[in-house]
Amino acid sequence: MKITFTLNDRPVTADVAPSTLVSDLLRDTLDLTGTHVGCETSQCGACVIHLNGSSVKSCTLLAASLEGQEVRTVEGLAKGPNELHPMQVAFRENHGLQCGFCTPGMLMASIDLVSKNPDPTEEEVREWLEGNMCRCTGYQNIVKSVIAGAQAMRNAS
Amino acid sequence: MSNVIGVGASPKRKEDLRFVTGRGNYVADIKRPHMKFGIFVRSPHAHALIKSVDVSAALELPGVVAVYTGADMKADNVGGLPVGWGISGKDGNPMKEPPHPPIAHDKVRYVGDAVAFVVAESVEQAEAAAELVEVDYEVLPHVVGVVEALQPGAPQLYDEVPNNLCCDWDLGDKPAVDAAFEAATHVTSIELVNQRLVGNPMEPRAAIGEYDAANGQYTLWTTSQFPHVVRLLMGEMVLGIPQHKLRVVAPDVGGGFGVKQFHYAEEAVVTWAASKLGGAVKWVCQRSEGFISDAHGRDHVTQAELALDADGKFLAMRVQTYANMGGYLSTFGPNIPTNLYAPLLSGVYVIPSIYCGVKVVFTNTVPVDAYRGAGRPEATFVVERLVDTAALEMGIDKFEIRKRNMIPASAYPYQTPVIVEYDSGDPMACLERSMDLADVASFEARRSASEAKGFYRGLGVSTYVEACGLAPSRLAGQLGARGGLYESANVRVHPSGAITVLIGTHNHGQGHETTFAQIVSERLGVPFENIDIVFGDTDKVQFGMGTYGSRSLVVGGSALNKASDKIILKGRKIAAHQFEAALDDIVFENGEFSVSGTDRKKTFSEIAGAAYVPFDFPLEELEPGLEEQAYYDPVNFTYPGGAHICEVEIDPDTGIVRLDRYTAVDDVGTVINPMIVEGQLQGGIVQGVGQALFEHGVYDEQSGQLMSGSFMDYCMPRADNLPNMVIQPHSTTCAHTPMGVKGCGECGTIGSPAAVINAVVDALKPLGVSHVDMPASPNRIWNIINHSSVRAAAE
Repeated sequence: MKITFTLNDRPVTADVAPSTLVSDLLRDTLDLTGTHVGCETSQCGACVIHLNGSSVKSCTLLAASLEGQEVRTVEGLAKGPNELHPMQVAFRENHGLQCGFCTPGMLMASIDLVSKNPDPTEEEVREWLEGNMCRCTGYQNIVKSVIAGAQAMRNAS
Repeated sequence: MSNVIGVGASPKRKEDLRFVTGRGNYVADIKRPHMKFGIFVRSPHAHALIKSVDVSAALELPGVVAVYTGADMKADNVGGLPVGWGISGKDGNPMKEPPHPPIAHDKVRYVGDAVAFVVAESVEQAEAAAELVEVDYEVLPHVVGVVEALQPGAPQLYDEVPNNLCCDWDLGDKPAVDAAFEAATHVTSIELVNQRLVGNPMEPRAAIGEYDAANGQYTLWTTSQFPHVVRLLMGEMVLGIPQHKLRVVAPDVGGGFGVKQFHYAEEAVVTWAASKLGGAVKWVCQRSEGFISDAHGRDHVTQAELALDADGKFLAMRVQTYANMGGYLSTFGPNIPTNLYAPLLSGVYVIPSIYCGVKVVFTNTVPVDAYRGAGRPEATFVVERLVDTAALEMGIDKFEIRKRNMIPASAYPYQTPVIVEYDSGDPMACLERSMDLADVASFEARRSASEAKGFYRGLGVSTYVEACGLAPSRLAGQLGARGGLYESANVRVHPSGAITVLIGTHNHGQGHETTFAQIVSERLGVPFENIDIVFGDTDKVQFGMGTYGSRSLVVGGSALNKASDKIILKGRKIAAHQFEAALDDIVFENGEFSVSGTDRKKTFSEIAGAAYVPFDFPLEELEPGLEEQAYYDPVNFTYPGGAHICEVEIDPDTGIVRLDRYTAVDDVGTVINPMIVEGQLQGGIVQGVGQALFEHGVYDEQSGQLMSGSFMDYCMPRADNLPNMVIQPHSTTCAHTPMGVKGCGECGTIGSPAAVINAVVDALKPLGVSHVDMPASPNRIWNIINHSSVRAAAE
């Protein structure tokens, strides 16, 4: 079946099977491999994208449901090669990543948090990221990054 | 010189830009022309004979290209997966080392053992066909517990391994230890379980094999911590591919923790299948599949005793451990619970004599091998639980008993009774610093405050020491390593003075692209941004043993330092020629070569340029070019160590253990990048906390199934169940590595489980609790509290 949706601000048309998952569509068909798959069961959060501005886990979402929707992936965060999103900068500045595998999901989830709660407390960040696993960092610097990124997003807006 | 970023600085990581923009290049991201997709059919039985495998129905499905069985591989003379270390038992006999075929052909030995590999045009087609592979099993009785497997009448995994005993290993002077126990005033005895863990790096394993018949070239992309070792083991021993025709690439790898430092069956199968099909075959592990095919960690049952005199001084230690190997020997399996375990049982204490026996045992479970810390967390847990229990029994303060028995800084180098000699350390300073930072002095006030809320609060401490920086090859060889374990680095200076470093370690989160560039930037005075670190591709990098055992900076960084020395020497020779001066008169400082006592100087870039466009080099003595390679093999392990203190608060209504405060003071030697070291410690500590509080690879005895086989059942640490940690280094300098570095990758995981469990036991001490097994899960703690006779009497 043919679907048309907006992906990182551009219109996209794709031919998908009824069983195709959004994560597979992005990675295999559209070559956007920044969205990672770490568990296929919506447990780990590596696959989080934005659907109409809210974070969702793309590994259990059917591609067919994207018709007419707006999707943003980690590749669509930076305005250009030299203009990273404030949250991307914050993760880099605060050593909020090690192996980088969970990072796209962490970024997408964190940006959604800040869009809903511009000045989250540390506890709110930890609770919000409960669905995003990281095995490398112990989360401390991720939390620090999100707090710093939230401040940068407030300053930018 | 400007833009030199050297030792002690914390520049932002070079690798981060690609990761935060989604442009990392992981194996699952890679596409090859006309690539096919493979799915493994795995055994649902813990132990069964394979009577037949019928692939005919699977082959008829659309898109299916081939279905391979173990018999196909055997018929093609594919070898078994090799073991990198061979240990010998106390009777002098070598360990039992039964064959480990990549795909089982006669018998399956654990749930998850591969029995067939289906290749199709798409993953979905391969999955559908895998459902149609008919395997006729004759199910056999199984055994999953390490102690149970040794019992008379237990199911036998191998005809050639009586009683499932791979090796009955020991270390130490047993008569001396027994005599010390006879003379002791007090003996503390404990029994503990170091539970099975599943490493679960966030990136699942993946592999792509490709064969180009036109030139006989094989390529394997794999999620590996050591691509050269995979090339060596798989090429030479499994598939018989000449080394120069096999390229192994481990690109960005999403976490390893040991799980990816083995040569896995799937790597050999995709490469072999690619050669059969003449193209590329890709396999990406699903998480549920990873739970039953990634090598697991730990899984010990231990009885340990400590002999003390009337003053609480340690006299001797006696340990018997049962170590579960699973159904086959994984690459380093037998080495972990023996050589990386027993030699650490002295901890940071003076213990005159130590004896440790280890029975290494096969069971019908996933193979067990190294997982972050690998043997050393298990040793630390034994030592620190023994010490805490002895303190409790003898009425000595837990800090006082440690201080009373600690190796003083003045006693280093310190020879333990169990092989290793610690070159440097100051455990007392680490302990005292951690006590200050943790505000131990005010603990009782915090305990009272918790009690007022109806909660239990406990404080736990653990010291630790580890042996890392694998390896001193000579010692490793004596301990059974089947190859030396040096590291190599190549420093390629380009004509502009920019540098490419080719190094044999592998970066999968540790920040090598940054740390190693700092070393070169400082040594050669070259701007940080002009240095790139290349790793993970056997066609680019000369050779290397990879990254594990906290070895990358210690061994690889030292090789890089040595190669930098060679670059400086070569540069001085070029400068001597240019200046028509004597070599001895050329000094290299701050990125400039100068003639001593004059103002004649050339920059590093000028010398690099001259190296590549010479007109008049005396070629007999001075060749063009500026590129040097060095191999480094340490003379000893390094011994990072430290002290960790944690506080927990326990809610008796739920049994939930809340980690409230965590303090770590670690001696990691010279710190190159403080930001990265702190990150390594934070992550390591949380993995250890995961073991202490959450994680457990549980096998059902009846069915032989892994019960905790998903993230729903296997509880990983998450952001909302952890506090911020206070982490400070208190470093002594390693006496034998050129930069004084010791390594830091495993410290956190080694120090933390005992600190957390000691805190839990301390919290429940009022209930008469003297030991709690890991994980201290709500269910376990609730049961302890609610079955406590002390509590019942009080109510």
